[in-house]
Amino acid sequence: MDRRTVFGGWLLPVLLVLPQLLLTGFFFYWPAGEAVWSSMTSQDAFGEGVRFVGWDNFAELLADPLYLESAVRTVVFCGAVSILAMGLALALAVFADREVRGRHAYRTLLIWPYAVAPAMSAVLLLFVLDPRVGLLGRWLNRMGLDWDYHLNGNQALLMVVMASAWKQVSYNFIFFLAGLQSIPRAVTEAARMDGAKGWHRFRTITVPLLAPTTFFLLVVNLVYAAFDTFGTINALTHGGPGKDTETLVLKVFRDGVVNQDIGSSSAQSVILMLGVIALTAVQFRFLGRRTET
Amino acid sequence: MATLELNGLRKRFGDTQVLRQIDLSLTDGEMLVIVGASGCGKSTLLRLVAGLETPTAGTVRLDGRDITQLDPSARDIAMVFQNYALYPHFSVFDNMAYGLRIRGLSKAAIQARVDAAAAMLGLGDLLTRKPRQLSGGQRQRVAMGRAIVREPKLFLFDEPLSNLDAKLRVQMRAEIRRLQRRLGITSLYVTHDQVEAMTLGDRLLVMHEGRPAQLATPMEVFEQPADTYVASFIGAPAMNFLPAILTEHGAAARLDAGPTIRFTDGPRAGPEGMALTLGIRPEHLTVGDPQLRVQVDLIEPLGSETLIHGHLPTAGAPPMVIKVAGRAPASEAIAVGIQAEHLHVFNRETGMRKAPGA
Ligand SMILES: Nc1ncnc2c1ncn2[C@@H]1O[C@H](COP(=O)(O)OP(=O)(O)O)[C@@H](O)[C@H]1O
Ligand SMILES: [Mg+2]
Repeated sequence: MDRRTVFGGWLLPVLLVLPQLLLTGFFFYWPAGEAVWSSMTSQDAFGEGVRFVGWDNFAELLADPLYLESAVRTVVFCGAVSILAMGLALALAVFADREVRGRHAYRTLLIWPYAVAPAMSAVLLLFVLDPRVGLLGRWLNRMGLDWDYHLNGNQALLMVVMASAWKQVSYNFIFFLAGLQSIPRAVTEAARMDGAKGWHRFRTITVPLLAPTTFFLLVVNLVYAAFDTFGTINALTHGGPGKDTETLVLKVFRDGVVNQDIGSSSAQSVILMLGVIALTAVQFRFLGRRTET
Repeated sequence: MATLELNGLRKRFGDTQVLRQIDLSLTDGEMLVIVGASGCGKSTLLRLVAGLETPTAGTVRLDGRDITQLDPSARDIAMVFQNYALYPHFSVFDNMAYGLRIRGLSKAAIQARVDAAAAMLGLGDLLTRKPRQLSGGQRQRVAMGRAIVREPKLFLFDEPLSNLDAKLRVQMRAEIRRLQRRLGITSLYVTHDQVEAMTLGDRLLVMHEGRPAQLATPMEVFEQPADTYVASFIGAPAMNFLPAILTEHGAAARLDAGPTIRFTDGPRAGPEGMALTLGIRPEHLTVGDPQLRVQVDLIEPLGSETLIHGHLPTAGAPPMVIKVAGRAPASEAIAVGIQAEHLHVFNRETGMRKAPGA
């Protein structure tokens, strides 16, 4: 069936898309263009002369061990956050999908964290995990565990991973639950009659049928962990101790806003932008192909 | 191959009593068809046998063993679902092999069984296809194949043909019957289709609002329906019902519409003037016999026969359908006679059949 609408003139269609174009132009293309431009410039120490330097900023970055370290750290961080947030959400969704008493209340409670601002959730977590004030933090120390994320980089990383994942569990939960509920009940029942028991059935029927949802969520979670965790990490650790929790977005912020190295910071954000574009392109291709068949 | 026994099976969902009391036993290799209006609890009954629901009361016995509390995966029962419920991400081969792999059969044994079933069902060329690349009829066959390869103790069919077009349905109906006979696997077959109900089963269970209304061979159900519900449900077009009273010391009935008809199979017990419902099938009415005058509302020529829809001239009289061979006379009113030897007599209050002497 042909679903296209054919417009007579060109004025109406242009008017219809204009608001969207203006918004995207103003909030995306303009700043993005500006970033691309300044990624190829260099400012002197007093912020006066601006020189065009071509690819120099990029070349410097890729040769900078600190940048590469941060990149590796970001990959680890994103992987950990995505796996944790998705694994937890899937487990919770499987339980919520069962026909149990009180499952509506359970679902609602699980969705709440999504409505909490990142900085707020970070502060809440501090109350719990601070080695001197936090309930759990104090308890860990009393148990003889040397818990202090101000000093221990691994503990700090663990904490920001958990805080970031916690925020994303609600979102993943909603999608996994919807995905589970879109699996026809009769298919699962057929598997039961075929003799498949719990775990085997989950692995051979549920997981493959959830693959599109899982893939979609993986991209969303990676993008979230790479970009939207700035507020959480900044509030919890400011990227410290040292640079142990400094992901690429934090580095962009520190180099550009704090250290005023606009050229390098812009180059970093252009690289991040390319990363998002690549992820999104992969997702579109994959999802596009799936819906065709 | 097994016997199945249901004892006092009941099922309630919240406040709705869906199955009231089901007692049933199937002999080895028997095919029992369950028929009833939509919502009468047929699927629920199958799901209880399958183990997908737990009964509120009663037991399910397979081969004498109580399996009421057993998980479906441990029951060795195969079910063909109404919408086929194939595994969408598996090929046809894997759909059929899934249950065999779980049972730990060897690769060679699985290959042999699937090939045999595929040959039996004409699926040989489709084994590598995914379900979405199949037509409705082919999916139906795969669902059958998946049940067959397992060689289960019991087959359950839940309206397996209702999503097929008419021609395919006729073909598959015959095929299912042939397969079931050949494999000799005890089967429960649920349908709301008249023809399937009459042709498929060794015995027929008519269900009405969660209760068995009649359990007998299809022809017995057709010829001696246990009550007015069964009488109206089995046979198309449905039986005509006429109000009457018992007269001549039980030897005859006087229709409210006028004429008196003598019972050809013997007198009925009961007080003079007892309220009856007389049932007569559309094909057992004779046009041209001046017993009743019927106003004609609509004539439906079906080719080899014609249906005449009409009603008695009294106010508020129920509709009547008359089936005649060939063409029907075009007129506003016709004279219609009742073939007394085909009369069904029911107690009007209880709706139950009144047999001679009873
Ligand atoms: N899981 C359930 N929860 C509540 N009511 C149900 C459930 N399953 C079936 N029912 C009700 O039980 C009745 C019988 O359903 P079903 O067995 O599917 O009928 P049939 O297959 O004869 O059409 C229906 O009124 C239906 O609404
Ligand atoms: Mg049903």
